[in-house]
Amino acid sequence: MSMIDLSRIMRPRPVRPPASGISRRRGFWERVRLDPWMLGMLLILMMAGLVVLYSASGQRIEVVIAQCVRFGVGLAVMGVIAQFSPSTLMRWALPAYLAGVAMLVAVELFGYVGMGAQRWLVIPGVIRFQPSELMKLAMPLMLGAYLSRCELPPRIKHLVVCALVIGLPVVLIAKQPDLGTSLLVGSAAIFVVLLAGLSWRFVAALAGLAAAALPLLWINLHNYQRQRVLTFLDPNSDPLGSGWNIIQSTTAIGSGGVFGKGWLQGTQSQLEFLPERHTDFIVAVLGEEFGLLGMLAFLVLYLMIIIRGLLMAAGAQDTFGRLVAGSIMLTFFIYVFVNVGMVSGILPVVGVPLPLVSYGGTSSVTLMAGFGILMAIHAHRRLLPR
Amino acid sequence: MRKQRDNLKRPEQELRIFRMRALLASLVVFTLTGILMGRLGYLQVVQHEVYSTRSENNRVRVEPLPPTRGLIYDRNGELLAENRPTYNLMMVRERVDDLDATLALLVDLLALPEEEAEAFRVRSRQRQRPFQPALLMSDLDEAQIARLAVNRHRLPGLEVEAQLLRYYPDAEIMAHAIGYVGRINAEELTTLDAGRYAGTHFIGKTGVERSYEEQLHGQAGLRKVETNARGRVLRELDRSDPVPGSDLTLTLDKELQSLAYDLLDGRRGSIVAVAPASGEILAMVSVPGFDSNQFVTGIDFASYRALQDNLDLPLFNRAIRGQYPPGSTIKPFLALAGLAEGEITPDSTINDPGFFQLPNDSRRYRNWLRWGHGRVDMERSIAVSNNTYYYTLAHDLGIDRLHENMTGFGFGQRVGHDVFGESSALMPSRDWKRGRYNQPWYPGETLSVGIGQGYWQVTPLQLATATAVLANRGEWVKPRLARRIGDEELPVDLPETPPDIKITNDNWWDRVFSGMEKVLSGNEGTARRTGVDLEYRMGGKSGTAQVFSLGQDQRYNADELAERLRDHALFMAFAPLEDPQIAVSVIVENAGGGSTHAAHLARAMTDAWLLGDDQLDVDEIRDELENDDASVPGG
Repeated sequence: MSMIDLSRIMRPRPVRPPASGISRRRGFWERVRLDPWMLGMLLILMMAGLVVLYSASGQRIEVVIAQCVRFGVGLAVMGVIAQFSPSTLMRWALPAYLAGVAMLVAVELFGYVGMGAQRWLVIPGVIRFQPSELMKLAMPLMLGAYLSRCELPPRIKHLVVCALVIGLPVVLIAKQPDLGTSLLVGSAAIFVVLLAGLSWRFVAALAGLAAAALPLLWINLHNYQRQRVLTFLDPNSDPLGSGWNIIQSTTAIGSGGVFGKGWLQGTQSQLEFLPERHTDFIVAVLGEEFGLLGMLAFLVLYLMIIIRGLLMAAGAQDTFGRLVAGSIMLTFFIYVFVNVGMVSGILPVVGVPLPLVSYGGTSSVTLMAGFGILMAIHAHRRLLPR
Repeated sequence: MRKQRDNLKRPEQELRIFRMRALLASLVVFTLTGILMGRLGYLQVVQHEVYSTRSENNRVRVEPLPPTRGLIYDRNGELLAENRPTYNLMMVRERVDDLDATLALLVDLLALPEEEAEAFRVRSRQRQRPFQPALLMSDLDEAQIARLAVNRHRLPGLEVEAQLLRYYPDAEIMAHAIGYVGRINAEELTTLDAGRYAGTHFIGKTGVERSYEEQLHGQAGLRKVETNARGRVLRELDRSDPVPGSDLTLTLDKELQSLAYDLLDGRRGSIVAVAPASGEILAMVSVPGFDSNQFVTGIDFASYRALQDNLDLPLFNRAIRGQYPPGSTIKPFLALAGLAEGEITPDSTINDPGFFQLPNDSRRYRNWLRWGHGRVDMERSIAVSNNTYYYTLAHDLGIDRLHENMTGFGFGQRVGHDVFGESSALMPSRDWKRGRYNQPWYPGETLSVGIGQGYWQVTPLQLATATAVLANRGEWVKPRLARRIGDEELPVDLPETPPDIKITNDNWWDRVFSGMEKVLSGNEGTARRTGVDLEYRMGGKSGTAQVFSLGQDQRYNADELAERLRDHALFMAFAPLEDPQIAVSVIVENAGGGSTHAAHLARAMTDAWLLGDDQLDVDEIRDELENDDASVPGG
C-alpha cells in the first residue's frame, strides 16, 4: 500500500504558466521573489546576533567575520531556493528524503566520530557533511508532498506511512546520538501532520503512547543524556560536572537584571565562566549584557518573524505550500523555545542553537534554506486566482 | 465505510483546517513565549539579587595573605627558630586531564618509593574547593624542582609553590624548650579564628611556639582578586597587607643550653638554670632530645613510632613534666620551714643515733649513715644530709604546716609564667590523701616527706625555681622563657606571683646558705669532691631519689641493680652566695648517688655562667665522673 502512495508523489504535476498581465507590473521584490518584511527582520536579527556574538566570542573579530561569511552563504542559498516553484520543490522531496536516509545509514556504518557522536559524513579532502541537516528540510517537504495528495484530514493508513517516513530518520539521528537534531526533525514532521488536520483523538492517543514509551526511551539513552536530564531536575547535584553549565547560565541571565551589565561588560561571559557561550549558550551572554529588555527585544523579533511566516504559509497557493511553510516556521519557533528554555533552566540541555545568533555553520545555512523554501512558496502565491 | 476516494481533494476544507490549526499553533507559540518571558522575568527581576551575588562571588575571590611567623632568638640574639623558603608541589584537580597518567609520571620523575606514590593518590582524591590548589608534596629538593620545570608542559594543573617553613637550627638541643610548629589539625581548626589564620597552615604545638602563638603568628592580610573560570588571577581589586608576627627574644642562653645538653651526654635527665633576680630561665634541657624539624612538615609514621617506642622517651619533656621524688635536695627548704614556724633555731641541735623512732612505734627510720652523725645542728644537717634531723623536724611540724610551707616555695604548683604543658607534680597533704586514697594521713608518711621521699614529687623546673626563691632570700620570681616580644620587654613583675617567704630573723638565711656552702666546701660535705677549687662561693644540696622503695633495714648495692632501677641523682645549687646569679637543678636518671654525678654537672653550669669559661672541657668533666662514680653515698 505504501508503495502505491509513494509512487503517486513521483508523478509530475503540470506547472501553470504565469499570467503575462501580472508579470509586467511586478515590482523589485516580486522579481527577486523575496518577501521584504521577512528579509528585513532576518537581517535585523543577523545584525543583532553578530553584535552579541562579538562579545560572546571573547571579542574575536575573526569569529564574527566567519559568521558573516556563513550568513552570506545562507542568504545566497535562500535567494536561489526562492527562485524554484513549489512544484519543483515537491518533485525534489522524495529524492532528497531518500538521499538523506541513505546518508544517515552511511553515517551509521562509517561516519566520522566527533565530540562523542557520529554525525559527520566525510569524503576526505572534498566535503564534510551532516546528513541530519538535510533531513531538517527534506522531512517536511516529503511529508508535505505526501499528505497534500491525500484526502485531508489524514486517515489511519496515511498516518502509518507518515509514521514510517518520520520514524526511520529520527531514530537514525537519535542513535548518532544527536538528541537536539532528532528533536527538530521530529517536530518538523509532526507539525506537518498536525497542520494537515490530524484528529485530536489521535493526538491524545499518541501522547498517551509516548508517555508509556518514556521508560523505554530512558533505557536507551546514553549515559550523558541521562545525566543531562537528571541535572536538569537538580542542577546542584553535580555543580562542577554537568550542572555547571546550567548554574553558570542562569547566574549570567539573572545577574543581568532589567538593563544588563552592558555590551562586553558581562563578567560571567567575559571571564569564561559560561561554557559554549558563543554557540548553544549565547542567550546567557545576551541576558547578562543586555538584560531583560534585550531578551524581550529578541523574543519579540522572533515572534514577529514567526507570525509573518505563518501568515505567509496561510497565503500559500496549495496545501503542500501551507504545510511545508507552516512546519518550517513552527520548527523555527522550536529552536528558539528549546534553546532559551534550556539556557534559562526550564528545559533539559539538548544541543539546539539559537537560530541565526549562535555561532555555527551548517545550521545557519539550513535555516536560511528553510526561509528560501518559505519565500518560494510565498512568491508563487498569486499565480492561482483565489 | 469509505465514502470518498483518496485522491478526491477538497481545497476549501483543507484550507479551513489549516487556518484553524495555524491559529491554534500561534496561540501555543504565544503561550510558550509568554512562559519564556515569565522565566526571564523571574530570573532577571525577582531573583536578580541572588544571581547578582552569585555572579560576583564567581568573579571575585578573596585570597588570604598569611603573615610571616616571628623569629625566635636567644638572649644574645642567636637565631633559634627561623623561616626557610621551601617548595611545595600543588595541584589544581580541575586542570589535570588524566589524573592517573599524571601521577604515574610524577612518581617516575621524582623517583618516589611506592608507598609515597600511594599517599599521592590518596591526597589527590581528597575533595577540595574547585580550582583551589591542593598540596601534593612538600619540601621538594632542587633536583626535583628542576625535573618538574623541564617536564612542565606534560603536567598541566601542577605548579611548584614557594612557602616559608619553620626551621630549628639546633633542634635536638632546643626541641623541648621552644617546642615546634605543625600543621593545623581538624580539632584546632574548629577553635581558631578563621580570619586570623586564613592561609596559615602551621600553628605552635608545644613550647614557646605554643605559649606565644598569638604574638608569633601575626595577622593575616587579604587580597581580593578577579579570576576567570579556570581560577587564573586576572587583576587585584583590593589588598590589605598581613601584619607579620612579632619576633621573640628568649631568656635562654644558647651556649649554656648546649652545655647542659652536652653535660648530660645522652643520659636521661634534665638540667634547668634560672637567674634568681629575674626568674629568667637560662637553660632548660631534657635529654634525650629529638629533631623537632621532623614535626614541621609532618613526621612519617615509622619515625614517629620509633620515637614513641624509645624507652628513653625522647618526646617527654622531663624539665617540666618529669616527676621525681626530690630526695634530700629539699632539706634546706624544710630547715627554713622549721625556722619560720619556730620549731628550730639555727643553733638548736639533736642527737642522731642513726635512726628515728615515732613514739610507741618500734619501726626505725634510718639515717643513711648507719651509726649516726651524733650531735647535729641545722648547718651540719644540711652539709652531711642528716636524715634523723629532718625526721624529727618533719614530725614536729606535722604534715599540714609542712605542706603549707613547701607550697609557699612552689612545690605542687605550676610555677612557670609562659611554660607550656608544665606539670604541677605533687606536694602531698591530708586532703590530697583523703581524696586520692580515701585514707587518713599516717605520721610515718610525714617522716618520708621529711626526707623528700614518699608521695612528694617535683619537676626539675620546680626545684630550680624554689632554689632561686631561696637564693633571693624568699623573694619570689616566676620563671619565664620570654624576655622581649617584638620591641616590648616583658614586665619584671609578672601577674600571679606567689607571696614572698618571710622568716623571723633575716640573718638566718645566711645560716642556711652556710649549710649549703658546706655541702660543697665543708670537710664533711656530701659534694665536697665537686667543691674542690671553687673560684666563688657556691651553695648546693645533693639528693637521691629512690626508684623503688626498700624494705626496713634493707641496704642495697647500686651495682647489683639493673641500670634502670638505680636511684636518680639530684642536685640543686646557686652561686655566688652573696649575689646569686644562677640557680640550677640537675636530675640524672638512674645515676646513683647525687653528690657525685649531678653535683659535677651543676658546678659545670655555674662555672660556665659565672666564669664565662669558654674552655670548659665537657670531656674532662665526663672523665672525672667516670672515676668518681659510686664514691660518697649521698643522703
